[in-house]
Amino acid sequence: MEFFDILFTASFWVAAIRIASPLIFATMGELICERAGVLNLGIEGIMVAGAFAGWVTVYAGGDLWTGVAVAALVGAAFGLVHATLTEPFGLSQHVVGIGITLLATSLTYFTYRIVLPQVSSPPRIEPFRNWAVPYLSDIPVVGPALFNQTPLTYLAFVTVAVVAWVLYRTPLGLAVRAAGENPSAVEAQGLSVTGIRMGAVMAGSALMAVGGAFLTMSAFNSFFFEMVNGRGWICIALVVFGSWRPGKALVGALLFAAFDAYQIRLQQVAGGIVPYQAFLMMPYLLSIVALVLVARRASYPRALMIPYQKGER
Amino acid sequence: MRLEPKPRPSKIALILYPLGAVAATLLIASLLVMAAGASPLSVFGLVIKGAAGSQFALLETLTRATPLIFTGLAVAVAFRARLWNIGAEAQLYVGGIVTVVLGTGLLPLPAPILIPVIMLATILAGGLVLLGPAILKTRFGVDEVVTTLLLNFVVLLFVSMLLEGVLKDPMGLGWPQSQMVSTDARLPRIVEGRRLHYGFVIALVAAFAVWFVMKKTALGYEMRAVGVNAEAARFAGIPVNAVLMKTALISGGLAALGGFSEVAGLKGNLTLDLSSGFGYTGIVVAMLAMLNPLGVVAAAIFVAGIFVGADAMSRAAGVPSYIAEVMVATALLTMVTAIMLSRYKVRWR
Repeated sequence: MEFFDILFTASFWVAAIRIASPLIFATMGELICERAGVLNLGIEGIMVAGAFAGWVTVYAGGDLWTGVAVAALVGAAFGLVHATLTEPFGLSQHVVGIGITLLATSLTYFTYRIVLPQVSSPPRIEPFRNWAVPYLSDIPVVGPALFNQTPLTYLAFVTVAVVAWVLYRTPLGLAVRAAGENPSAVEAQGLSVTGIRMGAVMAGSALMAVGGAFLTMSAFNSFFFEMVNGRGWICIALVVFGSWRPGKALVGALLFAAFDAYQIRLQQVAGGIVPYQAFLMMPYLLSIVALVLVARRASYPRALMIPYQKGER
Repeated sequence: MRLEPKPRPSKIALILYPLGAVAATLLIASLLVMAAGASPLSVFGLVIKGAAGSQFALLETLTRATPLIFTGLAVAVAFRARLWNIGAEAQLYVGGIVTVVLGTGLLPLPAPILIPVIMLATILAGGLVLLGPAILKTRFGVDEVVTTLLLNFVVLLFVSMLLEGVLKDPMGLGWPQSQMVSTDARLPRIVEGRRLHYGFVIALVAAFAVWFVMKKTALGYEMRAVGVNAEAARFAGIPVNAVLMKTALISGGLAALGGFSEVAGLKGNLTLDLSSGFGYTGIVVAMLAMLNPLGVVAAAIFVAGIFVGADAMSRAAGVPSYIAEVMVATALLTMVTAIMLSRYKVRWR
């Protein structure tokens, strides 16, 4: 059976991990925001902005890690706008989030046109190269998939560990989680809910932007319109699927990416019979199915989407 | 800082703050125009001239406003009941599909019968597209924001599949486009030689109908009650889930009518660029109108004017036309802020 042979090729697993990497960054970003009580629908646009910011920095002569840092800063800046409007101002997180996505996307396209007025195909940069971990990368199948990737992919996995450690093992993480569960208790401790939430949204948005930058600086080597293509929305589904836990969300992202890599290869096997669009639809449909499966027993942060007003209960 | 509701928002504040939002939007746009190396005043002059400087410009603006009225109404209705329909884009395309399927010779009916039949089928199909997420929300507790957003991508791929498959125009030289709908299924032009079509009139009728339903009927009252506080509405005996279903059918139907209007009135066939983000822009239109159905018409014309004007300006002054999208997104954020500030008092400490 050709359909199963795909699962035993190293290239399939390499692709799955590569597809998962930007999702991991952005999912961790969204997870931080939501654990603090803020739904960040700006994710899609912030990923677009991050993809462009990282790429254009390198295009202008910066080195790759500077590009990643600039992308993170741009993401944090959009996060600051989002957090200011949703937290102290208490505006609808739905509306502000969509607004941030529209703003970040259009600002990116506008800037792109100013930087490159008359370019039909965007110039390429030298992206991150694969860095093989000595010895480990020689293991069959697992080696190339896990230990011969770009540094940004390794960073994605490190990010999950750091986010999990901070959330569950540090006072800061406790404060973030409490801000999303029981903000009054945080205020009673003398901490500022608004401050914690704003910080979480900025940090989360920075991670989303790095996820976007992965696309232009590691997965591909240039920026083009529509390149984020709904990945941000999928990450929102992944956070729910992962029950707002970093480890589970990582598993979700990996499963999703494996499925995505599988459908790409399936197109080559079964492409003659089934239209390719049917395969491209599957990731989105899968996300919806996954949401339906977990939604009933999802225990979302209790203060999610409720702006905190001091002195109110 | 904390916010305190003003007991009686002053009339002046209700006018001054939105004006401030417009000023802030223009200020940000000016900075971008200067970054592009042009002078803001001349650029804004060109935008206004391009949007309303001639009969041609004005009719183009109204033509562009037509789909935005439909999607704006769809969003306004849904948001009023706190059904977060971010999928107007998908519903609009489904309306386009239905129009093309029924309008290319499947139903050999004369225009006065064919067009209403297509419109009804369109409304039903669009409604059903949103009914899915609404049922997932009420039965399974799945957030409709994510499902409607994801469905936008599914439906667009579905359209692509149809346009390269069963709906492909055999005479289309390989382009992914459908056949033209028959002349009986076309909406006539309002002004000879201009693109403005009777879809605009249908949009105005729809806006009035939605206003009537929202303000004057029991259903409208129930929808608003569910939007203000679903728990309280349930306690008061309002069948919240049933109201949400009806809201979904109306909202999806309105967005789909936008697809019908674009195909039957403007384009004549279905392509993958039927909509340039009308579904998402509809959210901005609805918010600028503060979810008021009649305000949606004004907001849609305003937003359409920015787009049409920016296109003309871009050709003349060389500032990227994406400035229109930036202005529209900025206007959304500044306007919701302004509306909040006009109703609440900000206390520092």
